[in-house]
Amino acid sequence: MDLTSDDVQDILRLLDDLPFGEMRLQTSRFTLVLHRGRDGDWTQEMQVSSEPAVLPAASPGGDARAAADGSAGASEVGGAVGPDVGGGPEGGGPEAVPAAQDGLVAVRAPLPGTFYRAPQPGAPPFVEVGSQVEPDTVVGIVETMKLMNSVSAQATGTVTQIVVTNAEPAQRDAVLMWIREDR
Amino acid sequence: MTPATRLRRVLVANRGEIAVRIIRSLRALGIEAVLAVSDADADALPARLADATIRLGPAPPAASYLDVSAVVRAALAARAGAVHPGYGFLSESPRLARACDAAGLIFIGPTAGQLDAVGDKLAARGHAIAAGLPVVPGGAVSDVAQAAELAGRIGWPVLVKAVGGGGGRGLRPVREPAELGPAVERAIAEAGAAFGDPRVYLERYVQPGRHIEVQLLGDGKRVIHLGDRDCSVQRRYQKLLEEAPAPRLDAGLRDQIRRAGVAFGEHLGYRGLGTVEFLADPGRGEFWFLEMNARIQVEHPVTEAISGLDLVAEQIAVAEGRQLRLAQDDVVLAGHAIECRINAEDPAEGFRPSPGTVTRAVFPAGPGIRVDTHLQAGSAVPPGYDSLLAKLIVSGHDRDEVIERLCGALRRCEIAGVATTIGLHAGLVADPEFGRGGVDTGYLARFTERGGGGSRG
Repeated sequence: MDLTSDDVQDILRLLDDLPFGEMRLQTSRFTLVLHRGRDGDWTQEMQVSSEPAVLPAASPGGDARAAADGSAGASEVGGAVGPDVGGGPEGGGPEAVPAAQDGLVAVRAPLPGTFYRAPQPGAPPFVEVGSQVEPDTVVGIVETMKLMNSVSAQATGTVTQIVVTNAEPAQRDAVLMWIREDR
Repeated sequence: MTPATRLRRVLVANRGEIAVRIIRSLRALGIEAVLAVSDADADALPARLADATIRLGPAPPAASYLDVSAVVRAALAARAGAVHPGYGFLSESPRLARACDAAGLIFIGPTAGQLDAVGDKLAARGHAIAAGLPVVPGGAVSDVAQAAELAGRIGWPVLVKAVGGGGGRGLRPVREPAELGPAVERAIAEAGAAFGDPRVYLERYVQPGRHIEVQLLGDGKRVIHLGDRDCSVQRRYQKLLEEAPAPRLDAGLRDQIRRAGVAFGEHLGYRGLGTVEFLADPGRGEFWFLEMNARIQVEHPVTEAISGLDLVAEQIAVAEGRQLRLAQDDVVLAGHAIECRINAEDPAEGFRPSPGTVTRAVFPAGPGIRVDTHLQAGSAVPPGYDSLLAKLIVSGHDRDEVIERLCGALRRCEIAGVATTIGLHAGLVADPEFGRGGVDTGYLARFTERGGGGSRG
């Protein structure tokens, strides 16, 4: 339970006539700080501390892996979710990958988000291991907050490894793939 | 008519500020709110405010908020009588509406048939014509030759639209004949991939125009309007600031637009809350039907501010099977209201998204100020969902008072930890062109190009 905007305004009406510049209301469930600025106008800062009351999840969809596999519900997703290219490379999660490799250039995620290897679901991937790339070759997409950001190779050479699996999350600056630069 | 149900418990199948907003109305109505959460949202503010939470699935929307069967299973496991889908996600999914019907749950929204009718943009266009509404000249095209013939008849430039698109997605402007062939082919391929429906249609590209929409409320028999809103301040078809009523609009044209909205709702026998969007050219006194959004909208608070109504409460009453409690004459609109959408985006970096963790969230308080948000200090802003952080809604007696109040309110907003559009909004509301009122949909692009508000200059 917290206070509504109307509740806050009722409190402010009381405070307006009083000589106080700040009110801190602390309960077991929330803290509300009302502060009067130099111009006399108020700000509010609310912190709700009550813990969520969790009901037992529904089965079978409550099982994380069943849903994450995409076996359930993948077809009803439509365009709101990114491209679906089957089977990324096996193994080599981000933690297993060194931050730098001799003679190789890393392609990194410009933003945290979901990495996609193809422009559309069902379309061929931008690149495969062995593909020749130029600096402006688009090698993937990172979707952040529903915005698709193209990722370019920024090097001339050959793709030697694709590190992040299609449709998997990537941290900012995570290595997405490695390119062996032409000499 | 089936007797009205009294809902005791509702599953809120959404996240973010709209989850908080719906929980508030449920609480005021004495209905228990069970919030369906993905793993990313299990400890978020909406989860703390709900009476209880139930897990939907992992963070990616496809495995949680977009999974019809997971939502229905959660509603049944929570012993909820109804599902409120909010906006976005499954809010306009006929599949969820049908799955709820089949499971004996009330879907808080229109009928599945009505969702079908407006979700298919070409079908919606047909309904608009049947209801006597003006539509932008255009029509369906199945290949490039047909598109070229149609474009020649309706005039350049044209807009290629995906039948399964909407909300600004699946649109492609084409300025000259040479670009048309490749544009239509790409649009067909992309629409098939993105919306599972390769059909496209062509419309004349009307520029400049204003985006004016009409809020409808129906009970399946009777439809009323709750006034209009102006949402012309847009970037890439995404609304950034909305107001009610639409400023500087001729009374006759406003009346025609509102009547057209109601006529569309009546034609469908519409049930629930919905918005009919129009493109208007007030200079010529013309307007055209764009699409209908069959759900509660992000910008509904500006209508609440000038009508004094709780739109979610009205939506729930209708979903319970009650008749409209209001006649058109009972709806009294007074004053003015503006909403700023504060997004986790950096206007100085081309509106680059800015996920992260909020370290401080201070909002203005006072008369005529409402803040709808799911943020508090420590809140995560995950990269997998949209960028809306908070909505600042300011109301007053007239537009000038609202703008003055809004300037001060924006100065008192402080969100630390992620980049936001607060600075852009401060610049916008101080801009004389915006201050005059009645800007068109090209305004925001012009404003940011000249380095306005927050865009580093």
